[in-house]
Amino acid sequence: MTEALTQPVTQPVTQPLLRVRDVRKEFPTHGREVVRAVDGVSLEVRKGETLGLVGETGCGKSTLARCIAHLYDVTSGSVEFDGTELTGLSRRAMRPLRREIQMIFQDPYGSLNPRRRVGSIIGDPFAIHGISAGAERKRKVQDLMEVVGLNPEHYNRFPAEFSGGQRQRIGVARALALRPKLVICDEPVSALDVSIQAQIINLLADLQKEFDLTYVFISHDLSVVRHVSDRIAVMYLGKLVEVAPTEELFQQTRHPYTRALLSALPVADPDTADSREQIILAGDIPSATNPPQGCRFHTRCPKARATCAAAEPGLDPVLDDGPAHRTACFFPLTIGEDLSTAVPDLKAS
Amino acid sequence: MTASLEMLETSAPAIEGRSPFLLAFRRLRRDKVAMVSLVVIVLIVLMAVFAPLFATITGHPPNEQYRDIGLTPDGLPRGPNGTFWLGTDDLGRDVLVRIAYGARVSLLVGVAATAITVAVGIVLGLAAGFLGGVVDTILARLIDVVLSVPFLLVAIALVSVTGPSLSITVLVIGFFSWASVARIVRGQVLSLREREFVEAARSLGAGDTRIMFVDVLPNVLAPVIVYTTLLIPVVIVTQATLSFLGLGLPPPTADWGGMISASQNYYTTAWWFILFPGLALLITTLAFNLFGDGVRDAFDPRADRLR
Repeated sequence: MTEALTQPVTQPVTQPLLRVRDVRKEFPTHGREVVRAVDGVSLEVRKGETLGLVGETGCGKSTLARCIAHLYDVTSGSVEFDGTELTGLSRRAMRPLRREIQMIFQDPYGSLNPRRRVGSIIGDPFAIHGISAGAERKRKVQDLMEVVGLNPEHYNRFPAEFSGGQRQRIGVARALALRPKLVICDEPVSALDVSIQAQIINLLADLQKEFDLTYVFISHDLSVVRHVSDRIAVMYLGKLVEVAPTEELFQQTRHPYTRALLSALPVADPDTADSREQIILAGDIPSATNPPQGCRFHTRCPKARATCAAAEPGLDPVLDDGPAHRTACFFPLTIGEDLSTAVPDLKAS
Repeated sequence: MTASLEMLETSAPAIEGRSPFLLAFRRLRRDKVAMVSLVVIVLIVLMAVFAPLFATITGHPPNEQYRDIGLTPDGLPRGPNGTFWLGTDDLGRDVLVRIAYGARVSLLVGVAATAITVAVGIVLGLAAGFLGGVVDTILARLIDVVLSVPFLLVAIALVSVTGPSLSITVLVIGFFSWASVARIVRGQVLSLREREFVEAARSLGAGDTRIMFVDVLPNVLAPVIVYTTLLIPVVIVTQATLSFLGLGLPPPTADWGGMISASQNYYTTAWWFILFPGLALLITTLAFNLFGDGVRDAFDPRADRLR
């Protein structure tokens, strides 16, 4: 983790494994309006790193994940994987690339077919891509089960016969079957008990080392993301508000929204918990069918000024930050700035 | 049964998974009414299969008319006696033997028409629910149209054009029944296709056909199996209805609906002529219906707790 912290700044410019540029995804509603679930997101993921993607429920993280995995067609923008443009690829042309990008799903109950045996679920990737069959497939599946910490003898069981944590291991085994380069983990632990979360996270970390994987790790739980990620991207209402190396995000928080998220993290020490600042955001997350003008966060931001409602800030380095730390805010926080006493004033500039 | 249950639960790693179907089958085996019905169904099937045996034992071929010993001097059917155990019909034929042969027709039509119905219903229901869009719009409207066509009128019209035959009966019934199966399947698929495991299959690179038949189909089988077992008696009654109206099989083929139809003029004088074919039809459909109820309960996860 500490190595990863110092690396990004000095790392030579290499081709990123994944490059997302200005991706938008709109869903039609019954009326004439559209839901802008993802509204112009750009980010890069380097080979071997873990990018954490955080944000509230409904901010578009899962939609973004599905756009990257080509489960949704993007409305506009570009998704480039390992030098290949994915947007606009036909299903047939996408097929070989499916092997490179895999997904681990949030719900270990919903993501496994209840009527199929575990062996055939994990063997699915081999069957679909015609890689191996019969006894060879069975051996490969049992190897995979062993890798993710399942008893290979449970090959013939049904998903209902496993616990939540075991089911998520099945999902991990299925995702790893084709030796992908990029694994998108869509809230892989949020449906699990805390004690099981740690097991799955450690499993993912071990597998990353063993198979040289790159992760996009989506979660609404900042403490989980902090533990696994090299860099973190914070999303709000379909847009990125701050991207930074993990520790830098925690130490030099620039965006008021990120600060609010961090302040909501539970702290184990009661003394610290009492004294630290509490930022309670007013109101609910605005509707994605009709997002606020200007900065999307200005309706709830304690530092909002007239500028925030008038113009939209770009995602750029602010203050003295390096190129790795980008923030979309006109009035970024300085270190030590107290946000709990700030009052929004939309008339002042 | 109990032994194998205990074995599964006590042996350290139970390697064989217990499929939902296996569990349903176990519940079914504990259902006494369903098991008795199953025995009755098996007996009827045996009767149909060994119908020639009835002819051999009684010495009366099904279409042989015994105008001398099978009819009274007035030309009326004879009641049950030592020679004709269940009496004779208006042409002096053995009712027992004809009931046995009639079971063949009922079961054959029941199974064949149901098979066509279910196969067509599953495929079209899957396509409509899963593919959505234009395919769904067209198929859903087609289902509505088929369900609103007056079945008997069209059947009468069709048979009067083509002439009565076994295959026409099966096709007519199949054509008018698939829509309800398709509607059930479509409804299930509409919710199933939004499930995450379908998305997972897609992210692995599976195509529509594979997802429909490998991932979605096993999840709609339970309601379809329940519906199928309850459809068989409906089809058998429908076939009897068509025969009763003279749209079934051309004479002299023995079938229950035709026998009941022929007995209409004799019910005041020859009760056996209408009673025994009617009983055969009643017992058969009742057995299938009760068995179907058992199957439905077995597939209902709540049924286990209620008992």
